[in-house]
Amino acid sequence: MSAHGKGHGGVGAYIGVFLTLMALTLLTVWAAYQHLGIWNTPVALGIATTKAALVALIFMHLKDSPKLTAMVVGSSLLFLAFLIFVTASDYLTRKWVPIYFR
Amino acid sequence: MSTSEPVPAVRPARPDYLNASYGVRSWLLTSDHKRIAILYLITVTFFFAIGGVAAALVRLELLTPAGDVFQAETYNKIFTTHGIMMVFFFLIPAIPAVLGNFLVPLMIGAKDLAFPRINLLSWYLLVIGGLIALWALIHGGLDTGWTFYTPYSTVYSNGWVVVTAVGIFIAGFSSILTGLNFIVTLHTMRAPGMTWTRMPLFCWGMYATAIIQILGTPVIAITLLLVGAERLFHLGIFDPAQGGDPVLFQHLFWFYSHPAVYIMILPAMAVISELVTAFSRKPIFGYKFIAGSSIAIAALSFLVWGHHMFVSGQSVYAGLVFSILSFMVAIPSAIKVFNWTATLYKGSVSYQTPLLYALGFIGLFTFGGLTGLFLASLGLDIHVHDTYFIVAHFHYIMVGGTIMAYLGGMHYWWPKISGKLYPEYWSRVSAWVIFIGFNLTFFPQFIVGYLGMPRRYHQYPEEFQVLNVMSTAGASILGIGYLIPLVYFIWSMRYGKDAADNPWGATGLEWQTPSPPPTENFVETPVVSGRPYDYATGREEVALG
Amino acid sequence: MASPTHAALAHDDAPPELRHHFPDLAKQREASSLGMWVFLVTEVLFFGGMFLAYAIYRETHRRAFEGASNLLDLKLGATNTIVLIVSSLTMALAVWASGRSRKNATVLFLVLTMLLGATFLGIKYVEYKQKFERHEVPGPHFVVPQDEETHQPLPRQSEMFFSLYFCMTGLHAIHMIIGLGLVSWLVVRARRGEFSERYNTPVDMVGLYWHFVDIIWIYLFPLLYLLGRHTL
Repeated sequence: MSAHGKGHGGVGAYIGVFLTLMALTLLTVWAAYQHLGIWNTPVALGIATTKAALVALIFMHLKDSPKLTAMVVGSSLLFLAFLIFVTASDYLTRKWVPIYFR
Repeated sequence: MSTSEPVPAVRPARPDYLNASYGVRSWLLTSDHKRIAILYLITVTFFFAIGGVAAALVRLELLTPAGDVFQAETYNKIFTTHGIMMVFFFLIPAIPAVLGNFLVPLMIGAKDLAFPRINLLSWYLLVIGGLIALWALIHGGLDTGWTFYTPYSTVYSNGWVVVTAVGIFIAGFSSILTGLNFIVTLHTMRAPGMTWTRMPLFCWGMYATAIIQILGTPVIAITLLLVGAERLFHLGIFDPAQGGDPVLFQHLFWFYSHPAVYIMILPAMAVISELVTAFSRKPIFGYKFIAGSSIAIAALSFLVWGHHMFVSGQSVYAGLVFSILSFMVAIPSAIKVFNWTATLYKGSVSYQTPLLYALGFIGLFTFGGLTGLFLASLGLDIHVHDTYFIVAHFHYIMVGGTIMAYLGGMHYWWPKISGKLYPEYWSRVSAWVIFIGFNLTFFPQFIVGYLGMPRRYHQYPEEFQVLNVMSTAGASILGIGYLIPLVYFIWSMRYGKDAADNPWGATGLEWQTPSPPPTENFVETPVVSGRPYDYATGREEVALG
Repeated sequence: MASPTHAALAHDDAPPELRHHFPDLAKQREASSLGMWVFLVTEVLFFGGMFLAYAIYRETHRRAFEGASNLLDLKLGATNTIVLIVSSLTMALAVWASGRSRKNATVLFLVLTMLLGATFLGIKYVEYKQKFERHEVPGPHFVVPQDEETHQPLPRQSEMFFSLYFCMTGLHAIHMIIGLGLVSWLVVRARRGEFSERYNTPVDMVGLYWHFVDIIWIYLFPLLYLLGRHTL
């Protein structure tokens, strides 16, 4: 962390990320009107995650941060996944009937 | 009390954190972690007293089968007050905010926590949150229990749900900021040479606790916010009439509140690791396993919350998985217990008061943990769910575990905190009174619960009276047991003998600095060169300089 | 890691921004940065609870959610997305400028960020007002809305969508307001010339917060505004 907040990315990279974010915003609106079946939501979330990753890596300098920062971010996502997927596992199996009730 | 070095009759006055400045202002605006620890000590003792009074009233009502002292609704408000005060305002802050605040910088050779002003802010948040909740509980009353289950809390309860929730929400920030401070401090402020594997196990325990505080507390914050919004604005997030699911509340609530149990017990385990090794004069057995098991418990604690919901209507398959995962938590917990007993084995054990508490902890925690396995079994849980069995189980962990360890730690570090020695005779008496009183209070509850007495009712069938009278008698003894240390700790501040810098002959950086420590903790930043708990070689692990 | 001699020397010519318990500014900056990231972790899980509620109910009441979602004003939502992305750019540039001791540029970018943030809240206000006028606000005055296409009433659970919509965007808006407060505090300090190549930690930290709030919106936008558009 001796970089003192300078030197990360630079203006060029910021503008590049900015334009990509704009393009992705238009893309996600366009994709929302397409009939993709079950894929509408995954596509929307995929685009959102790409945008979020760009903001984190470049605007928030995660790319040039110490490994510890990446671990902190990773752990937050891991435990968010625990929260969402473990709870979802309850809802997705609510209607399963145990074998001995059949 | 054995001292490793003679105490000089008259000690020259030297500046320490207690006499560095005087006056209320110098305390209320301090950024010294040691003074903030003292502020926390006073605060949590106050909240403990309130929770204790509520507990006494509960036991008073349960002395007889008839509901003769309080009406049902009053009784509900009293046990809710007991639960909320004890859980959110005593057990969660007690060890981290008092002992952790005082000791973490001292143990790693730092001058202070990374964010001293945030540390002070977190104390103010606890006080403000605690007073708001206390006001709501006393003035308006709340009858939901500390768990706020919907739809009772959102639709039917007449209690002051929102105000109490606001108090807990604010106190939650206190907990988050304390955890944040510890994580950053342990990562960035360690003295030269203090590598992760040279760090005292107390700090490992605090680190694991901080992880839970960071990851869990925000979820209870948003959950209470949603409950508040549902009451205030008639949103329907947990309301079945609008397609909401009350069980979702339980998922969100226990995602925090189960790990919160480990916010309470991990610091206690951290204290015990220090006590056991110091009083058996041996390096701790299996340092890396104890450190690693703390982290393992912290991580696993987020995957077992569903065992609170076996009868809530969650899916059978989710219950199955939660049951298996709950059994797995026993592994790191048992690793700790075995390592402590292995440390005691063939050690030159001296039965000083802190060790008495530590031994009490090991026995009671094991008992509480094993009955936890009963409750983790799907089938058995359906039988004992919401009975006094569960009440006894978690009191063995919370009271027999956390409070035992807290008191053990207070005795062990009291000479460092106050610079005074507590009276040895009375401290042993209190340790025994508490141990006996505790078991008399809670062991009968296992039986009465197994026989089918449900929790949270102010009346019960007459056949349960004998066991309830035993429990109430035990609670009276326990109450006296808690008053004794309160009296002699205060007494010792004025009349106690001066403590040496290292009265126990223990290792660890906190014993290398004067008692009480100077404001800057160390005259010179220490450099650490060896393993912790190096009792075997009989030399100090640390060279100052 | 700092050596002990380094620690002892550091305080002789200590810069004014250095707090007494840190050996040097680099260490202090490291601690601040880690602290901010850890704080953002708590924010992830704070919003995470609501994303969970959204995910569960959106699966159980899919038709109600898609129908209700189509009633949101996509133009305003998309405009707000763009406004926030531009504000993230100006915030990043403010951090960049403050780290190069460019005082005027720092102030300019911070003020631009504030203006964009205020624009976002203004548009949000217009949206909320529409919802009130159309009785789409959950609670006693809620009227079950009609489907955009079929003009049949939506399922009763459409109210749940609006409950979550207001909770999520409301909490996000509160974060925006806090962010505006923080940026205006930075403007004052930047005008005094307190930030330089040596020390711009506050700008950097508020920047992290601002970008994080932007990321939350990046997820809210498709989840709330776009999820039912393919059914139209």
